[in-house]
Amino acid sequence: MCLAVPAKVLEVDPTRLRARVDYLGSQTVVGIALVGGVQTGQFVLVHVGEAVQVMDEEQARDGLALWREWLDDSEPAGLP
Amino acid sequence: MTTVNLLAYRDPELFARLLRRIIPALEEQVQKLGRRVRIMEVCGTHTVSFSRTGVRQVLADFVELISGPGCPVCVTDQSDIDHMIAYAKRPGTVVATFGDMMQVPGSAASLRRQRAEGADVRVVYSPSQAVDLALENPQKQVVLLGVGFETTAPGVALSLKRAARDGVRNYFVYSVHKLTPPALKALVEDPDHRLDGFLLPGHVSAIIGRRGWTLLELLNQPAVIGGFEPLDLVVSVYRLVQEMKRPVRLVVNNYGRVVREDGNPAAQRLLEETFEAAPARWRGFGMLPQSGLEISETYRAFDARVALPVDRPVTKAVRGCRCGEVVKGKETPLQCRLFGTACTPERPLGPCMVSDEGTCSIYYQYERSHHRDRREEPHEDYALARGWRQPDA
Ligand code: SF4
Repeated sequence: MCLAVPAKVLEVDPTRLRARVDYLGSQTVVGIALVGGVQTGQFVLVHVGEAVQVMDEEQARDGLALWREWLDDSEPAGLP
Repeated sequence: MTTVNLLAYRDPELFARLLRRIIPALEEQVQKLGRRVRIMEVCGTHTVSFSRTGVRQVLADFVELISGPGCPVCVTDQSDIDHMIAYAKRPGTVVATFGDMMQVPGSAASLRRQRAEGADVRVVYSPSQAVDLALENPQKQVVLLGVGFETTAPGVALSLKRAARDGVRNYFVYSVHKLTPPALKALVEDPDHRLDGFLLPGHVSAIIGRRGWTLLELLNQPAVIGGFEPLDLVVSVYRLVQEMKRPVRLVVNNYGRVVREDGNPAAQRLLEETFEAAPARWRGFGMLPQSGLEISETYRAFDARVALPVDRPVTKAVRGCRCGEVVKGKETPLQCRLFGTACTPERPLGPCMVSDEGTCSIYYQYERSHHRDRREEPHEDYALARGWRQPDA
């Protein structure tokens, strides 16, 4: 309903509350008033020209690791 | 590095392993119920993801996916659509809109048709572009059509603040912004709507947080907040089925990389400052209490309804269009006689066929081939269906 795309922050302009971001290789400028303290290198979720949330990389890693662990514990050994 | 992490949620090998582990749990639930599990995916982007990734077909034996009211244009009441189109006819007015409103059929015409006839209608990608338009056209009134849910409204709120700060007096918003939880409550309380659980919209949740769904917890509804990649989809379905088995259900956050417990507090504060919750009319649902966002007292000078009233046009329903039932998940597009015949993305009769997130448009793009056995209806005449021509005696 609210298609939002992840984009990497390349440069932050804290006075004008804008950032240059990279989304799939193309660069655009988005507003960052809703994500105070966002830093270069972080990923943000962009909707209607505004970054609406900072993506949590640690969570992204942990989420996957958790599922892998769960599979390793529950699959009989030796199965592919 | 990070990109790899995000793409990892598409890892086909991990997907296959998860599926092997998850399917027995789904099978068990199907046996218990004596039918497939009925899950509503609230968000149009989820509907697209299930179709495009093929996960819908993979789970089809166990899960019936029902599209919910997750397309903002689609749930907008016809009278509001007509009202917004009326601004395009107002002299000295520039209508600024997100792209998917352009083709939505009003009772008499669409924005696209108005533009072809000379109206000044501009497609914008962000609300701040609409403020730029107002600054560039000081002699005109610029009206932004504020269509969208909790994810979109903060961007519009920022545009109101900017217009107030910079003294832009020719910028206005026609707000039909809607809040998602009240619509889900209405579906839960509908006695002949049997849903087993909800897959909640990830990007609405990015704003309102897991806490924004307490209403569903009070109703003890199984619900999971999920992302949009293949792994997100299957794991969310699994966690939802697990939640169904519990006597007391909590809203599960399965999209932790984006959704926090409290959502985005800065965005919430902004919404509180610029808008106030009010009753709103939804297509298919009718009036729902506290389900819309009206512009607050402080920003009333920017409210198009108050500052730039237009005559309310006559609204006619599109004969045969089932969009109102489709947004509630009570019918599928395949049950509409006009689907794919008189109504196609090129010539849409209802909003559900226009928006990329509209269920009819998604089914037209992805799901028709899975239903080849559907009998072909005789081609309904477009003008007849639109009510522009009377049926022959
Ligand atoms: S297929 Fe077209 S006419 Fe039928 S419900 Fe969908 S939008 Fe309406």
